[in-house]
Amino acid sequence: MSELLSVEDLTVHFTSRNFRGKRTIYAVDGVSFAVGENEAVGIIGESGCGKTTTGRAIVHLEDPTSGRIAYRGRDVTHPDAAARRAFNENVQFVFQDPMSSLNPRMTIEQIIAEPLRAFGRWGRKTGPERVGDLLEKVGLPREHRDRYPHEFSGGQRQRIGIARALALSPELLVLDEPVSALDVSVQAQVLNLLMDLRAEQSLAYIMISHDLDVIRHVTDRILVMYLGVIVESGPADEILDTPVHPYTAALVSATPPSSPDESRERIRLHGELPSAANPPSGCRFRTRCWRADEKCVNEVPQLAPLGDGSRRAACHHPLNIGMPLVRAEATV
Amino acid sequence: MTMTGAVLSLRDVKLDLKTPEGYVRILHDVSFDVAPGEIVGVVGESGSGKSMTALTVLQLLPPKARLTAAQIGFDGVDLATMPPRGLRGIRGKKIGMVFQDPMTTLDPVMQVGKQIDEAYRIHHPRAPRGEARAKTLQMLRLVGVPDAENRAKQYPHQWSGGMRQRAVIAMALVNDPRVIIADEPTTALDATIQAQVLDALIRARDELGVAVVLITHDLGIIAQVASRVVVMYAGRVVEVASTREIFADSRHPYSNALIESRPGAHRRGEPLTAIPGRPPLMADLPPGCPFAPRCASPFKSELCTAERPALELSDDGRLSACHYRNESQRMSA
Repeated sequence: MSELLSVEDLTVHFTSRNFRGKRTIYAVDGVSFAVGENEAVGIIGESGCGKTTTGRAIVHLEDPTSGRIAYRGRDVTHPDAAARRAFNENVQFVFQDPMSSLNPRMTIEQIIAEPLRAFGRWGRKTGPERVGDLLEKVGLPREHRDRYPHEFSGGQRQRIGIARALALSPELLVLDEPVSALDVSVQAQVLNLLMDLRAEQSLAYIMISHDLDVIRHVTDRILVMYLGVIVESGPADEILDTPVHPYTAALVSATPPSSPDESRERIRLHGELPSAANPPSGCRFRTRCWRADEKCVNEVPQLAPLGDGSRRAACHHPLNIGMPLVRAEATV
Repeated sequence: MTMTGAVLSLRDVKLDLKTPEGYVRILHDVSFDVAPGEIVGVVGESGSGKSMTALTVLQLLPPKARLTAAQIGFDGVDLATMPPRGLRGIRGKKIGMVFQDPMTTLDPVMQVGKQIDEAYRIHHPRAPRGEARAKTLQMLRLVGVPDAENRAKQYPHQWSGGMRQRAVIAMALVNDPRVIIADEPTTALDATIQAQVLDALIRARDELGVAVVLITHDLGIIAQVASRVVVMYAGRVVEVASTREIFADSRHPYSNALIESRPGAHRRGEPLTAIPGRPPLMADLPPGCPFAPRCASPFKSELCTAERPALELSDDGRLSACHYRNESQRMSA
C-alpha cells in the first residue's frame, strides 16, 4: 500500500478579536498522520476537538498555520493555482449537511456537472452520460437529473453530494460527518454505498464522525482527537475494543450499547472540555482524567508507538493493553 | 392492553393537521401506557409522529389541529377534553417537558436559577421566599450540576450545552411532576455529555419516582435506559414491548429493521441492512399495512397490502400491528 496523503505536524490557529483584544484558538495543534491508497481512516472525537478543521485544512478550506501536507510525496500545503487544481482533481470533500451544500437553484445535472466543466471534462454528449452514470452509481434514477435539490430527501441529497465528489474520479474522499444528519435506515443506505464505492473504485477515505459505531464499521484505522491533538491512533477494532488512552476509553464507554444485553463498564468523565484558546499545560486531557498526576501537568505526552508499532498513544499512564472494555458481545 | 395503575394512558389518539390541501391525519389511533416511575422509549424515523404524540399529550398543538375520539388519561382526568385553564395546572407542574435544544426553553437574559425559581413560583404563588431557591438548588444538585449555588447565579451563555440541558431537566423536575416528556434531549450533545444527561434522567426516576417518556431515534439510548419501547411508524404505534423483547424477539418487521440498520448490529465491513424506500406521505398512505412497501419480512403476503393490521395482542401476549405478530420478526445476521 503506497502512501497517498501525509500530514506532518499540522496546526491551524484561528485568531478571534473582540473588545477585550485578540486571542488565539488552537483548533488543530500539531497533528501528523498518513493515509494509504484505498485505506479508510476515521477521525473521532467530540465537538471542538479539531477533527473537522483537520479535514477542511487538508482540502484547503482552512489555511494551515504551520506544518506540511503532501499528496503522493508532493507538497500541497500552500499550493499555487495549478497545484491546487491538480490536487482537487484527486481529493474531494463531502459536506455534513446535504441541505446547505447543494445550490437550490441548480438542477442535479448542473450540480454534478460543475466539477466536470471546471476541469474541461464536459462533452456535449459524454457530459450528460457521465452525470447519468454517476446518479446510477449512487442509487438514483438517471431521469432525476433535471430535478432540483428540494425534490429529494436528506439521504438522496447526501448521495447527490457524493456523486458530485465522485465526478472527477478522485483517489481520496474527505467525508465530514456524512451520515449524522440522516435517519438510521437511510444512514445504512449511504454507508453501504460508501463501502461499495471503496471496493469498486479503490477509493481512500478520511471519515470524520462522532459516531463510533459508524467509524468502526467502515474504517480500517482510527485517529482519536482531543482538543486539537491526536491522543491515540491504530487499527479500528483494536482501538475501540482495548483503548489505551483514558479519553478513548471514556468515549467508548459513553457510547450507547447495541443491545440491552451488552454490559459496559461506564467511565464517568467529570467537567467540561477546556477552551481551545487556553489549553491545559502538559497533557490536554489531564483536567478530566482520573489517572492524572504531576507528570501530566508538567510534561506533554508524545504520540508514541506501542507494541508492534501499529498503535500509538499519547499518555503517561496508559491503560493496560489486552483488557477489553466491552465485556459481552451482543447475543441477539 | 390496559395497564392498571398507569400514570399516563393514551387511547386511540387521532390527530389531524390543517394543510393547504385540507386536513391530513398524522396520528392514527395512538395508544400506549406509562407506569409510574418507568422510563418508556418512543422510537421511529423522522416524521413517524413521535414528537407530535408528545405535543398532543401536553395539548401544545398547532392552530386548527383537530384531536378526535381520543382519550389521554392522566391522574384520573382526561387531558383531551380538559379546558385550557385546567391544562395550565398540569403542564410544567404534573407533567414536565424537556426539548431537544435547551435554548428554546431558557431565557438568555435571566439567571438560570431565577428561571427555575420562576417555574416553581408560578405553580406555588403563596410559597415563602427562599423555598423556591431551596427547591431549585436541590434539583440542580440532583441532575449533577456542581457548585449549584454559584452556578445558579450565572446566565445560560455561561453554561455549556450539556449543563443547560441539565438545567432544563431541573426545571422540569422542580414541581415534583409525575411524568417528564423528553423529546430528543441528547441529540445535539456529544457522547460523554449525552451519558451525563441520561444519568440525570435516571437519577430523577430513581430518587423522585418520576416516569420518563423518552422520545429518540437512537435505539442505543433505548437499550441503555428504557425498560419499555413504543415503536412508531407513519403516525401509528406498530409495536409495544419491553426493551429486552424488542431486541431479542421483535414482533414487527419495522422494529427489526430499525435494529438491523444500525452499524453496531453488524460485523465490521458487512453490508448494513438498509430499509429500502422512504416512509409514506401522511396524505397518501398505501392501502393495507403502511410499512408493507418497505417490508422485508419472509412472512409478508397479499394480506399485507390488502388489509391494514391493527395494534393487537398476539397469542402469547405481545402487542404488534403486524398480521404476523405470532412470528418472531427478528432476523439477526
